[in-house]
Amino acid sequence: MSLLDYFKSTKPHTAKLAKERLQILVAHERSARNQPSYLPALQQELLKVIQKYIQVDQDAISVSFDSDDDQETLELNIVLPDNPNT
Amino acid sequence: MARIIVVTSGKGGVGKTTTSAAIAMGLAKKGHKTAVIDFDVGLRNLDLILGCERRVVYDFVNVINEEATLNQALIKDKRCSQLYILPASQTRDKDALTQEGVGKVLDELAKTFKYIVCDSPAGIERGANLAMYFADDAFVVTNPEVSSVRDSDRMLGILSSKSRRAEQGDEPIKEYLLLSRYDPKRVKLGAMLSVEDVQDILSLHLLGVIPESQSVLSASNAGEPVILDSDSDAGQAYSDVVDRYLGEDKPHRFIDEDKKGLFKRLFGS
Repeated sequence: MSLLDYFKSTKPHTAKLAKERLQILVAHERSARNQPSYLPALQQELLKVIQKYIQVDQDAISVSFDSDDDQETLELNIVLPDNPNT
Repeated sequence: MARIIVVTSGKGGVGKTTTSAAIAMGLAKKGHKTAVIDFDVGLRNLDLILGCERRVVYDFVNVINEEATLNQALIKDKRCSQLYILPASQTRDKDALTQEGVGKVLDELAKTFKYIVCDSPAGIERGANLAMYFADDAFVVTNPEVSSVRDSDRMLGILSSKSRRAEQGDEPIKEYLLLSRYDPKRVKLGAMLSVEDVQDILSLHLLGVIPESQSVLSASNAGEPVILDSDSDAGQAYSDVVDRYLGEDKPHRFIDEDKKGLFKRLFGS
């Protein structure tokens, strides 16, 4: 490494990267924090019931829980296959 | 009315015990009768940081189990008559602490003390939960580093949902940020999260920035809380923290790089 390289080398600005990663992670963890603990089990059981009637994938179902000041919302989203009869 | 302060972080090694020792000494030196309790049962270290390790006879668990009275277990600091230390037990495990027992000890302390500082162990297990359960104020010690910031945020969730104040629907615990091991030089280079970055993520009331400092190790080597080293940057930073906590309006220091002259740079400070 030449002397010139020494002066030219700039340290990567990793703090910016750290902040971006943290912002995403913390937002995700905060939204999960207020969810009731039965949610994963509920999701699994719902999936089993639905699979009895329709051929759906493991990831075809999503359950999300939101709460604001005066109401709590349980949102259930199931992606049905294009042709459920076959 | 006594005020219960928990010094917490989630992550280990960020400076909880250093902070507990410093602020307890700082509050006591301001004339407030202060007790500082080590909740790290099995891994006691507060006694060492405060330099009273050879004076421990009874501990927190002995008091909870009524094997000793509170007065027998409390160690009066030799440098400041307003400061008392309640050491953790070194031989038991964390299950020796019970919510009822801790509550009783805190109630008794509250009769005669102005401030009760609870030095939390790392993690989110029983010791940490009990250290924060009864708190009125929380000092969240955070390093400008990803895992520490994440763990602090996790701890904030626990403070707001699992404390006595949360369970009883009282006014929530007052949460303060204490950013420690801060290196303005690396922040300037873009290699370390800045105060603003951490504030953007945690949005807490900033009580102070403690710079990364050799004086912290020297202080622990000697068993003298770093706040007593009034020449050191970390000692001054902790003094500011205590003043701000007590309501004084002090501008933040140690956030920007110290502008050293050429002479100082060449020959050191």
